[in-house]
Order: sequence, then structure tokens, then C-alpha cells
Amino acid sequence: MNILANRKVRAYLLVAPLVLFIVAFFMWPITVVMKQSISDDAVATVLLKTSDVIGDWDGQSAPTPQMKQALIADLQAEADQQKVGNMVRKLNSEQPGFRTLFTKTLSAVRDNANPPDLEQIDKRWGELKYWHAIDKLSSPMTDRFLLAAVDMERNLEGEIVSMPEGKSANTDMLLRTFWIAALVTIFCVLIGYPYAVLLASSSGWMKALLFGAVLLPLWTSLLVRTAAWFILLQDNGLINSVITGLGLSQNPLPLIFNRTGVVIAMTHVLLPFMVLPIYSVVAGIPKNLMPAAASLGAAPWKAFLKVLLPLSFRGILSGMLLVFMTALGYYITPALIGGAGDQMISSIIAYYATGAANWGMAGALGMVLLVACLILYYVYARLSDDNTRRA
Amino acid sequence: MLGRVIKVVFAAAMVTFLIAPLIAILPLGFTSASFLTYPVPSWSTRWFEELFTTQAWKMSIINSLLIGFGTTILATVLGTMAALGLRHKGLVLFSGPIRTLFILPMVIPAVVLGVGMQLLFGQLGLANTYVGVIIAHTVIAIPLVYISVSGSLAGIDSRVELAAESLGANPFTVLRKVTLPLAGPGIISGGVLAFATSLDEVVLSLFVAGPNQRTIARQMFSTIRENISPAIASAAFLFIVGTVVVGIITVMLKRHVKNI
Repeated sequence: MNILANRKVRAYLLVAPLVLFIVAFFMWPITVVMKQSISDDAVATVLLKTSDVIGDWDGQSAPTPQMKQALIADLQAEADQQKVGNMVRKLNSEQPGFRTLFTKTLSAVRDNANPPDLEQIDKRWGELKYWHAIDKLSSPMTDRFLLAAVDMERNLEGEIVSMPEGKSANTDMLLRTFWIAALVTIFCVLIGYPYAVLLASSSGWMKALLFGAVLLPLWTSLLVRTAAWFILLQDNGLINSVITGLGLSQNPLPLIFNRTGVVIAMTHVLLPFMVLPIYSVVAGIPKNLMPAAASLGAAPWKAFLKVLLPLSFRGILSGMLLVFMTALGYYITPALIGGAGDQMISSIIAYYATGAANWGMAGALGMVLLVACLILYYVYARLSDDNTRRA
Repeated sequence: MLGRVIKVVFAAAMVTFLIAPLIAILPLGFTSASFLTYPVPSWSTRWFEELFTTQAWKMSIINSLLIGFGTTILATVLGTMAALGLRHKGLVLFSGPIRTLFILPMVIPAVVLGVGMQLLFGQLGLANTYVGVIIAHTVIAIPLVYISVSGSLAGIDSRVELAAESLGANPFTVLRKVTLPLAGPGIISGGVLAFATSLDEVVLSLFVAGPNQRTIARQMFSTIRENISPAIASAAFLFIVGTVVVGIITVMLKRHVKNI
């Protein structure tokens, strides 16, 4: 009993460091992204009192004196210029005009023990739309980013509606991401399946060659493979030199900075993830089944459809899930080989995070990608669990 | 007969598709021109000289080695310990979910993790530091180390360890003299994979590394993006040769360990 207790203690001590490490540097960052996608406290942290009072406002009648007093008090209380700047930027992007309105208001109320009424400073404070914007942004929790990630928003009544055409293109971008990932998956399965079957049926040096051809790219740096395709596909690259040299086309074909290039390069990069799972299933199918079907009178295509394809279906499904899941989150290859119209969700997230410093949108789109990948992984894990249990 | 021809043609076309891009980039590392195009006017090593003399490239190579070794050590130690702890069923509660947790960094898209790490590391004071980059790379190297080591641990005949124990060895001696040497090949592969992951990592580095932690992968990424130069091909040449050399060493080490 004592020995077992000792072994348990030792096992916990061995596992604990990695669990702590993963919780701190993997789970925590993911939680931060989740929090970003539903929180927006730029306005709430500055306009503390106003946020409190504005909840009681009906949104129809003129702004109440309490609201105006609370706003003045909040502006006088906040000393952090950066926070105020953040808030003004947020409000201005929701309702243009806030920047000038706040500049004027701030200089009037700052260091003024008896500030005048807001509408005396600027009569725009009598308009409802500015108060609506404050009302909308004053809650620290919001579903705005998550809705915006799928081109939806809340109207004044709080109902969820589609954004007006042209305001946001996230749905297009999401559909494009799924479409590119689907195209890559289809090409991978179309050439990867026959390759895996060939690999399983070959032997000797042929098998070694076919295996090596899959493993070498898999082991090579992703960046090197992308660079290689960049060099091959460019207008004066090897492929276009051959095409123009043979006289197949007068001008170089546009192969880079467009969809064609992205799909070719991603298919090359992800092909091993299709071939290897299919191979592992096909290699386990008894070799004499196809001859048996033939001897019973089945035509080769019929034997394939009725015997080989159903038996290898699990491998195909695993490979397709793996390729699709990986392709969804791809960043490097579309960023380097694709044009402006081929950017997938990862590039857009990176743009929001590093370019626009819009963490809410980066987080919300990140959540969309995260959930899609987790669902696909769950199905994939169930599938491979079943496979090992059957084996 | 026709079937055979189709098979051979298909196999040849596929092998070309898979391998040719990697071979096509190799000679361009030795071009004397400033463009990455064929035909190569004459051969020169000027772009390799650029790699090892230009400040930006030189620094990125040193950074990659530093960060790569840091990642390898951290990921291999943490991953091996955890694999040892989870080796026997029923000792640790929730061992199933914990295993999934260790694999998950491989599933989560790097960009999502990068956004979270950038925000969090900023608060923790780890942004733009070597430690931060090593931690980020370790997170995504962990699944590879864990899978590799626990795979090799599963292959050990536990009777060998019981024999050592019955001959009076204490648990630590059994671990040092029996278990770890037998799991050696898996630990070595795990370490090599961790190093390779770190060497090739771009996305997390974009988010957590500052200009001082620019790695060679990051440097290649921006060179392709901004001012494509044959130095890319020279760097790619080193990567491909390095991959082949490391592959051969790993295979030989594994053979060596097996022969003991």
C-alpha cells in the first residue's frame, strides 16, 4: 500500500510541472483571447458614473440632467490621457463626430469647478445619437465583436440584424477561408488516395522511393517549402520559363499572388497529412480481397467501389479532417503566395491584432476559428479512437 | 499493361511534384545574380557570405540557435517527466483529459494562440524577451515530445524494470539505468522535433518576439515578403542539408541505442 502511495506521489510530481506550464502559457492565453472577444471596457472604465446612470434612460426622451452631470463628473475625474484617448477613439468609430465633440467638452470642463451645462458647451449633446453610442458601448461585456465576426449587429431596439451591405466583409472572408481549405482538401484526396494505395501495394525500392517522397517534404521546413513554391511560381520562375520556352503560351501565366498559387502550394504542403493516414488504413486491408472479388466476377472498378473504397473510408475521412483542419488556420503560405483576395481568417486576425490593435475583433474571429478547429479535432479524435479499438 | 503504364506515370508525376520544388531551390543558393531565376549566370558563394556576414542574418542565426536549444531543453525535460508520470494507468486522476491537454497545442491555430500570448506576455513582462519566445515555442513543441516519449515508454518491457527492482535497485536507479536508456530513442526524437519546431516557427514569433529576438525563420519570412533575395535560397539550402543530416544522425543514434 505504501509503495503504491509512493508511486502515486511520484507520478503527480512528474506530471505537475507540465500541467502548470500548459495552464499558464497555453490555457491562459486562450482564455485571454476569449475574454477579449466578449469584453470592451474602453468606455466603461472612463465613464464609470455615466455607465451607471445611462442604464435607466429610456433611449427616447431627451438626455436627463443626471446623465449630463455624471458625464461631466467622469470627465473631470479621469486623469489618464491614454484611457480617455482610447474611449474617444472607440466612440468616434461608432458615431463620427465624437472626436471634435469631446475635444471641445474636455477643455470646457477640465479644471472648472462650475462647469456649464453640456448643451451650452456644444448643442450636439442634445442629440440622441451621441447618447445612444455611449449607451451601446458603456457595458463592459458585449456580444458586438462576436456578432460583427459574422456580419451581424444589434439595432437600437437590441434585436440582432444583419449589417448593411458593404459595412463588413467577414462573411465573405469566412466563406473564402472554408472554400480554400475545401479545395485543398479535395485536391489532396484526389491525388493522395491513389498515391497511398500505390504506396501500400508497392514493395522494395519503389516503396522506399514513394515513402521518401512523402516524408522528405514533411520533415522540411514549411518556410523552405513555401519559399520554393514562391521561386517556382513567380512570373519568371521555372514553371513559367518552361511554359513560355515550349511556346505553350506567349506570356507568363499568373501563378503567384492569386488563388491558383495558394491552392498548389498548400496542396503540396498538406499532402503528407492525407497520404499517411490513408496509407495506415489501406496497408491493414488483406491483400487477397481484391483478387477474390475479381475471381468472383467483379469488374475492377466494381471491386474498387464495393471492396477497397468502403474498407479505406476511415482513412480517407481522417486524412480529410486533418488536412481541412490544418488548412483552416494556415497563415504563412497564403500570406506569402496569395494576393489581397486570398487572405484567409488567420491573416485577418493577425491584421486586427498587430495592425489595427482591435483586440475585440481579433478575439472574436479567433473564437470562430478556434471553435471550428476544436469541433473538427473532436470528430477526428473519435474516429482514430475507433480505429485503434478495431485494430 | 496499360494499368501498369498509368501507375508508373502517376508515381513519377507525384514524386516529381513532391520532391522537385525542394531540389529546384538548391542550386539557386549558389547563384551570382541578384535574382532568384534560372538559368543561373555563374556560380558563387556570395549569398552564403551574406548570410554569415550581414548583421541581420548573422543575428537571426544566433537567435535561432539560442532559442532552439532553450526550447529543446525545456520541452524535452517537461515532456519526458510528464510522459513518465502518465505512463502507468490509474496513478493520476483525470489522466485522459490531461493527455488531451498536452496534445491540444498542436490543434489550436497558431494565430489564435499568438494573439493571446501577445496580450498576456505584455502584462507578464515577457513580451520581446528571449524567455518569452522560448516559452511560446515550447508550448507548441510539447505535443511532439510527449507523443514521441510516451510512445517509446509504451514499448518498454516492464519486466526488465521489475528485474532491476528485485535485484535491489531503488526507483531512481531503475529510472537512470534502465528506463531512460531504453526510452532514449524516443527522447532523442522528441528533442530533435522540438528543435525543428522552434527553428521553423514564424507565427508565434511574429506576436511575441521583438526585433532583438528575430529568428532565421522570421528573417526568411520578411525577406520573402519585402525584398526577395537569393539569400533565401542559401538559407533554404542550409535548412534542407540540415534536415537530411539531422535525419541521418537520428536514425544512426537510434540504431546505436538499439544495439546496446
